[in-house]
Amino acid sequence: MSIKFVSRLVLFGGIASSSLVMAAGPSPEMLSHTCAACHGTNGSSVAFTPSIAGNSEEYFIDSMKAFKSGERKATVMDRIAKGYSDDEIAKMASYFAKQPMKPMKQAYSASMAEMGKKLHEESCNKCHEDGGKKADDGGILAGQSLIYMQHSMEDFKAGSREAPKKMRKRVKNVVDKHGQKGIDALLNYYASQQ
Amino acid sequence: MTTFNRRDFLKLGGGVVVGSALSGCASLNLGASKKVVVIGGGSGGATAAKYLTMMDPGIEVTLIEANKQYHTCFMSNEVLSGERSYESITFGYGGLASRGITVVHDMVTSIDPQARKVMTKGGGSFGYDRCIVSPGVDFKWGGIEGYDASVAEKIPHAWKAGPQTVTLRNQLKAMRNGGTVIIAPPGNPFRCPPGPYERASQIAHYLKQHKPKSKILILDSKDKFSKKGLFTQGWKRLYGYGTKNSMIEWVSAAQGGKIEGVDAGTRTVQAAVESFKGDVINVIPPQKAGKLAFTAGLVKGEWCPVNKQTFESTIHPNIHVIGDASSASKMPKSGYSANVQAKACAAAIIDLFNEREPGDPSYMNTCYSVIGKDYGISVSVVYKYDKKKNMIMKVKGAGGLTPKDASKTALKRERQYAHGWFQNITDDMFG
Repeated sequence: MSIKFVSRLVLFGGIASSSLVMAAGPSPEMLSHTCAACHGTNGSSVAFTPSIAGNSEEYFIDSMKAFKSGERKATVMDRIAKGYSDDEIAKMASYFAKQPMKPMKQAYSASMAEMGKKLHEESCNKCHEDGGKKADDGGILAGQSLIYMQHSMEDFKAGSREAPKKMRKRVKNVVDKHGQKGIDALLNYYASQQ
Repeated sequence: MTTFNRRDFLKLGGGVVVGSALSGCASLNLGASKKVVVIGGGSGGATAAKYLTMMDPGIEVTLIEANKQYHTCFMSNEVLSGERSYESITFGYGGLASRGITVVHDMVTSIDPQARKVMTKGGGSFGYDRCIVSPGVDFKWGGIEGYDASVAEKIPHAWKAGPQTVTLRNQLKAMRNGGTVIIAPPGNPFRCPPGPYERASQIAHYLKQHKPKSKILILDSKDKFSKKGLFTQGWKRLYGYGTKNSMIEWVSAAQGGKIEGVDAGTRTVQAAVESFKGDVINVIPPQKAGKLAFTAGLVKGEWCPVNKQTFESTIHPNIHVIGDASSASKMPKSGYSANVQAKACAAAIIDLFNEREPGDPSYMNTCYSVIGKDYGISVSVVYKYDKKKNMIMKVKGAGGLTPKDASKTALKRERQYAHGWFQNITDDMFG
């Protein structure tokens, strides 16, 4: 038996056993497909409900854990997140992180979006880079559901969703200068990216 | 395993049979055809056809559906109230066809499980390796005296969205202010358990604005119903439920609500104790699996027994039954359930084609009901497969109802997300 052949067998065995381990639970794809009825095929929503495709694994996991513990208030996601183990959440996080987020087709105000673009560059682009298209710590904002983003901002304000310190500071600056209009402008800018 | 296709597998294995779990691969036939015929283009069938092609473009998928357009039952109650158009619940099959799925508009007359062939009214014959049957529900006529398929054209059930949805809407529009609408929901199990009560809510929403002296009488075959606490709470808040002036009155089976007969001529409904006259009557008959499930011999009793991991019929191998027609307890008969079952079934079929042990399924269901302006409620459940019992079990400690103390803001958001769900599930089916 050649060394090459033995190594093939070892490699084969390794793959075979890892596939058996994976068979111990639903695949990332199977788990993630069950979310589509609300969040869209492969996590890109077409209306109202937030898109969950393309976010970093970390952001997905943090969100689900916050829903699961009740730390982040929700309508249905707090109830649903409790149905999944940490391992299953990690599987879904890896699946959705690989899916490109398709921007939502939705109505927005062009003049507000124009104002929002400037505000974004002044205040938000440092973390929500590339006009909000990139996502590392936070979720993707460009092309995200406008209604969902409005809900999120209301929740940050009410304290039912925790915002990072630096975000709180920057949002406060926008509101101090422009009032609620500043926030609306920003969200219209993100919604305008289609 | 997901990043590891059959060709790599053969390369690595070098033809050596290793381990019993994988020994099935020794008989792999690379040239094998992978033909799936999907029957029924509703939530189950349309989703299954789409996901099979998405997950394995090598599968030849044919979808056979009698109608060129599909009207979703979900959100059809909003058509009754005038909150949305009939067009908005109407969908075609162009999206699925553009994905490479062969869409055939014909009526399936029989399935030959031995020859693995599906026959249609138009004379077509379609061979399959695996067949997915998603025929929805059919009605059990005969249980209610004087009510049958032809009477239902005048006294609509509107429980399969379509022309009867329009008939019922028009009857509501034509009704006098001060009229009575009778809704008679069936006993369990039936399609969309919260549906009749959402329907009562949507009709009340319409009447409150346009015909405020009118009443809705629910004559029920049951003593309780899905999301009852949340519905009655909403009815109290919006429609005066429980007061003398309540727009909605619910008569349980114990109070004599179960209906026994309908007189179409006088628009009278005979219930267990007394009879009631209605200006508009909506009888939702008891249900059983869709007709094809019976002609193809897939039923035991009134529903189709399946392996709840793969949804393969326990009667005929290579035929899978999903959606309302299947016995998929403990999942409810809902559009969301059918959508998720379709995906579990598609994944299992792909595993079986590749001679793999089918992977573990995952299922969930959320049923939204919109009971008035900015007022949505829901029930949500995450499920796991229990192989020993062949049951789809609720994951303990998860899911449940909208909390009774949900704020106005939360209820408004649920209404928005109910519409988001509708847009997304229909796009997931047909897009």
